[in-house]
Amino acid sequence: MMAQKADTAKRAVDSKASRLGYMALIAGWLVPGAGHLLLKRWGRGLLILASISCMFVLGMMMGARLYAPNTADLLDMLGFLGDLGGGLLYMVGHALGLGQAPVQVVTADYGAKFVVVAGLLNLISAVDAHSIAIGRKP
Amino acid sequence: MTIAPSHFTTVVLFAIFASTVFGITQRSTPKAMVRYGAYCFALFLAAVIVASWVMYFIRH
Repeated sequence: MMAQKADTAKRAVDSKASRLGYMALIAGWLVPGAGHLLLKRWGRGLLILASISCMFVLGMMMGARLYAPNTADLLDMLGFLGDLGGGLLYMVGHALGLGQAPVQVVTADYGAKFVVVAGLLNLISAVDAHSIAIGRKP
Repeated sequence: MTIAPSHFTTVVLFAIFASTVFGITQRSTPKAMVRYGAYCFALFLAAVIVASWVMYFIRH
């Protein structure tokens, strides 16, 4: 009876951790650092928010091109996947029509890399938040 | 508003942001995060300086 109760309690805790893990993953993808903030890791969350947001904004200020969904060129498709990692930053930027001008100066090319890398770093951060939530990382 | 930083400034900015995220996500304790972030930052800059000199000698 006691063992059954303990087993039920453990399953409930696991289920809650799993749900929190997915919430942290999705929140962290949509808003940089939100996964860590959700888990009350304030310092980590704010540093991630500042770093990734600054990287994205500086990239856009350099004249970055935002990749749209496409099936044209492999590098363009990978660029889109990288950009999409930025979550809401990318979606809002794309909805506002930012980054549609053709790349004409070298800094715009650097900017495009900033935006793609910001998206990839955001994905790493979201996975990290998931790992913390499920107890794989302290 | 647009900006056009130099190549080196761009690299330093990139290294700062990427190292911060690497430090936070790849290590568990605050001390280890700071050390790993600083290590990544130094490696980014060192790699760029070495690559720049290599390109200079290829060109000349």
